[in-house]
Amino acid sequence: MEVGVMKMVNKEKLNLKETELRLGLPGNDEEIMGKNLTLNSNGKRGYTETVGLKLNFSGMDQTDDQKEKNLHKEKTPAKAQVVGWPPVRSFRKNIMAVQKNESEETTDKAGMGGAAYVKVSMDGAPYLRKVDLKKYTTYQELFDALGKMFSSFTIGMMDFMNESKLIDLLNDSDYVPTYEDKDGDWMLVGDVPWKMFVESCKRLRIMKGTEAIGLAPRAMEKCKNQS
Amino acid sequence: MSEDEELPDLVGGSTRSSNSTAVSGGGDQNYVSPSPDQVLENVIENVLYFLTSRHDRNAASLVCKSWYHAEALTRSELFIGNCYSVSPCRVTNRFKLIKAIAIKGKPRFSDFSLLPPDWGAHFAPWLRAMAVSYRALEKVYLKRMCVSDEDLAIAAHSFPILKELVLVCCEGFGTDGLAIVARECRHIRVLELVDSDITDDEVDWISCFPDDVTCLESLIFDCVESPINFEALERLVARSPSLKKLRLNSYISIRQLYCLMIRAPQLTHLGTGSFSTLEIVAQGEQEPDYISAFAACKSLICLSGFKDINPEYLSAIYPVCGNLTSLNLSYANISAEQLKPVICQCHKLQTFWALDSVSDEGLQAVSAACKDLRELRVFPVEALEDAEGPVSEVGLLAISEGCRKLQSILYFCQRMTNAAVVAMSKNCPDLVVFRLCIMGRHRPDHVTGEPMDEGFGAIVKNCKKLTRLAVSGLLTDRAFNYIGQYGKLLRTLSVAFAGNTDLGLKYLLEGCPKLLKLEIRDSPFGDSALFAGLHHYYNMRFMWLSSCKVTRHGCEEVARQLPGLVVEVIALNEEDKETNEYVDTMYLYRSLDRPRADAPRMMVRPPLIVGKALYKYKAGLPLAGLKISRSPCGSMYLSS
Repeated sequence: MEVGVMKMVNKEKLNLKETELRLGLPGNDEEIMGKNLTLNSNGKRGYTETVGLKLNFSGMDQTDDQKEKNLHKEKTPAKAQVVGWPPVRSFRKNIMAVQKNESEETTDKAGMGGAAYVKVSMDGAPYLRKVDLKKYTTYQELFDALGKMFSSFTIGMMDFMNESKLIDLLNDSDYVPTYEDKDGDWMLVGDVPWKMFVESCKRLRIMKGTEAIGLAPRAMEKCKNQS
Repeated sequence: MSEDEELPDLVGGSTRSSNSTAVSGGGDQNYVSPSPDQVLENVIENVLYFLTSRHDRNAASLVCKSWYHAEALTRSELFIGNCYSVSPCRVTNRFKLIKAIAIKGKPRFSDFSLLPPDWGAHFAPWLRAMAVSYRALEKVYLKRMCVSDEDLAIAAHSFPILKELVLVCCEGFGTDGLAIVARECRHIRVLELVDSDITDDEVDWISCFPDDVTCLESLIFDCVESPINFEALERLVARSPSLKKLRLNSYISIRQLYCLMIRAPQLTHLGTGSFSTLEIVAQGEQEPDYISAFAACKSLICLSGFKDINPEYLSAIYPVCGNLTSLNLSYANISAEQLKPVICQCHKLQTFWALDSVSDEGLQAVSAACKDLRELRVFPVEALEDAEGPVSEVGLLAISEGCRKLQSILYFCQRMTNAAVVAMSKNCPDLVVFRLCIMGRHRPDHVTGEPMDEGFGAIVKNCKKLTRLAVSGLLTDRAFNYIGQYGKLLRTLSVAFAGNTDLGLKYLLEGCPKLLKLEIRDSPFGDSALFAGLHHYYNMRFMWLSSCKVTRHGCEEVARQLPGLVVEVIALNEEDKETNEYVDTMYLYRSLDRPRADAPRMMVRPPLIVGKALYKYKAGLPLAGLKISRSPCGSMYLSS
């Protein structure tokens, strides 16, 4: 398990922060423009380029998946977009994308195309993130993405926690991914077939294992079987 | 600070005259009548004290030399519409008593990535000059300028009584700089960061405000994309009894908003932050009574934020709706059904910003409820040419029928008709600003298939107060003919993907005597049109032409004929274009001083004629020395 060192980067050289804690969508940053003249303003990037920390989720196989998910992919536009047209400032565009997908989340999610954004919280992390479940086809892909996403938190959490706790975090297979389904019940992730999960998942929470005791018995059973 | 909102200001304000110190010779028995010149000067100096409008002052300064000097000594507010139109030292040499300064930098099209990132508009040279000459500076307003953390540090040190710092669409600094301002500017009353790109240096700048009671009246940081130390913010608000304007960023949850609101019920302007729950809330935990928090804010007239809105919470704002004069929901992706219960209560609303997610139906509700509406902006959720457009001519028509006092509109849509635009021109005669953006390029009237010429023609013809216009859709030269014929008060014009021939631009340049700011992209206007404006360019602040048909030769010719202009030719790639090929971008502006030396990677072109104010630069080429000479321009008219 490698632990990355956070470097102070010259602001002028790098517009982007490695451990950006942002309530934005991962990967929804780059505009599709013919020519990218400006790199600043919302050239903020997601978390795929953060240091490759992996969290051990109990019960799940940990594969050494080196493949970087390109979470910057936008859906390809129907028509080539022209630079700076329509004349909407980029910070408006980015926020729109977040909002749009939030509304899609509540109305139509798993069915017709579009994205399936759900909020992801991790115990101990100060902020929520979001993932688009539609981007993944298996649980493993989702976990890899979550691992990368929250590795940035764990680096950030160096401020909040001391080093020994961080090591515990990494080595301890004590984190359990759970989700809230349509009925409002908290279930263990991995229980049901992937497609069904995408349709019923309203939000994700990566719990400390000790708190997962109150989960539905079926989930607990599964948890016991796998640990 | 939109210049379209500025109304010409006659001599002082009536409130001022009650404080006037009368010019009198007194009741002295040995009174000797002063000479007429002296009287004139006394009168002028005292009258000038009350002249606040820069337009009035500019006029006064042109009367004669003594008026010029008197005016220069008494002007306290300075407005620089283009930071490159005049050098800082020329300004500090003329004006000695400046307390407030406003400087605008990049042209507006830089907002849409049409300008290289290192183009310029640096605050530093202005700061250097002012740090020496204007130590008593109290107010700084910058728009589209590059400001560094170091600049902010120098400003904090050089202006010990700085009271207001407003940065709009600026970039180059981060929370490091904000921390310095918070810590060092002991008298800061107004700190407003609007639509600026501020890097997250992971500094807790909120904690840097001094511990004792502050004189903060306005704290606006909704564009700061970084987490905030909430406890520190809460304490700051608690010890800022004068705080009237507070705009939070999207890292502030609705629960945190609640805590702040109950501490500051005196707020008049509130930006609500995310307006959703961000924290992890334990099951069954009680939600705060948001409605009562809003009910307690009896002075609230301006509401914005809703950056990540959970629409279920929208009903919390009901108690204040009846008092609101301004409501900004332009980050809230809500439907017509969600908007209606809110908007129907907003009878006093004058300014309304929304997303097109509210659809035509939502706009109909606005039209029914907001009879006093002056300004409407409808932004697109999907800023794409081929997206579904939930708003159309139906919404525009409804607004025009219900909101007769409308003065300013910005409307993004996918389809429009001439009929609706014509109707608006007749229903809303008070329109000063009309900006219609049909997002599909070259899109005609979707019912008749005609160009949008007649609609825009009606606007310029019927809206006699119009000063700002942005056109779109399929437009022929005829549209420009109308604008040139009727747009006699037009100051700002924005054109994209429009027109057929040079005639289009000629109509504008020949017909619109007040044209001050002209920005055109992707339209077939060439050199002959460019030359048609030679008589007018000195009266303009700038003209921007990108992806048009002007050649380098044309630009050089303009520069040759008008030494008081700076003509910038911006190439987007490294090839050296032939003189008869079209330039990518031409940006020209009047200037009293030498062309700037801070253009990125300049390439030298020796001027063919001494006195030519032409230089150009291309991205990617190495820095070279500057060898341009020019003769100074005669007029002393300070550009506005």
